[in-house]
Amino acid sequence: MAMLHTVNKSPFEKRSLDGALSHAVNGAAILMIEDGIYGALKGTAISGKIEKSLATLKVYVLGPDLKARGMTEDQVIDGVTVVDYAGFVDLVTEYDKVQAWL
Amino acid sequence: MKLALLVNEGPYQHQAADSALQFVKAAVAKGHEIFRVFFYHDGVNNGTRFAVPPQDDRNITVEWSKLAEEHKIDLVVCIAAAQRRGILDENEAKRQGKSGDNIAPGFRISGLGQLIEAGIQAERLVVFGD
Amino acid sequence: MAEPWEEEEGPVKKFMFVNRKAPYGTIYALESLEVVLISAAFDQDVSLVFMDDGVYQIKKGQDSKGIGMKNFSPTYRALEGYDIEKLFVEKESMESRGLTAEDMIVPVEILSKDELTSLMEEQDVILTF
Repeated sequence: MAMLHTVNKSPFEKRSLDGALSHAVNGAAILMIEDGIYGALKGTAISGKIEKSLATLKVYVLGPDLKARGMTEDQVIDGVTVVDYAGFVDLVTEYDKVQAWL
Repeated sequence: MKLALLVNEGPYQHQAADSALQFVKAAVAKGHEIFRVFFYHDGVNNGTRFAVPPQDDRNITVEWSKLAEEHKIDLVVCIAAAQRRGILDENEAKRQGKSGDNIAPGFRISGLGQLIEAGIQAERLVVFGD
Repeated sequence: MAEPWEEEEGPVKKFMFVNRKAPYGTIYALESLEVVLISAAFDQDVSLVFMDDGVYQIKKGQDSKGIGMKNFSPTYRALEGYDIEKLFVEKESMESRGLTAEDMIVPVEILSKDELTSLMEEQDVILTF
């Protein structure tokens, strides 16, 4: 399995999500946590970019971080999977290595 | 699986320490081994027992100490980063001529080699930071 | 190449240190360099990457006297003495900041984004600061 990229910054402020997207190979995964969850939502200026990336990447978002920020699962882009911390742990073990885009 | 964590931010200022705590709890619940949690940069501030957060807030340092006690998790604070930021154990306080130490229970102060060793020994190293 | 008598027991992993932050504004660049220096003692396969604002860490001609902070950029030149010789700069990051290889304080290999991506996939441990 390829790499799991974690992103913890809002895509509207920092380049972490861009960095992860542009360095993720086919079959890699992106997990959005903390302020990174704002990248997983429908109807934003970057939603299209995420929708396109779903053709080659798996994209996950951490549910507890979503809920904490007043967002619900139905606001998440179709095809992006919501996971909890147990799911975060599973992703870390399923993928070969983890790279944090801080 | 054998996992290790690197925590690069202090508690409260940034969510990194909280995320790391939740991750460790979930990993332990799933039966994974946490080989080590290494605290670097401002992350060393997770290890001071002198922090007194409000009663209705979580006490991140106490939560780390509890995890260390209940699950024998090795919590290592980087000595170089700790000295810069005033985190001392008894030995270091004596050596530096300081009047007291502030390291929290379950934490130990050691060198950066412990981080590299964690990278070698653990099957995954997960970084939490800013 | 290591001589036979230099070969050590124990696992050798590929460690990559990814530097994405500018120096002085925060301490990450300096403390990351401290980790890199320590890693040399473990005989692992170490590489350093400078990308995004991390490329500013190795800009020539740093003079930090006026801000009261230590100029640690000469230390990058000392890495070779620790057998840390794999220094990479991401071409796109460098060029978008108006820099060239001549602006770097130390010899580096310039990699395209795609080359760097492949190199990242080969690693065992990736430490980002």
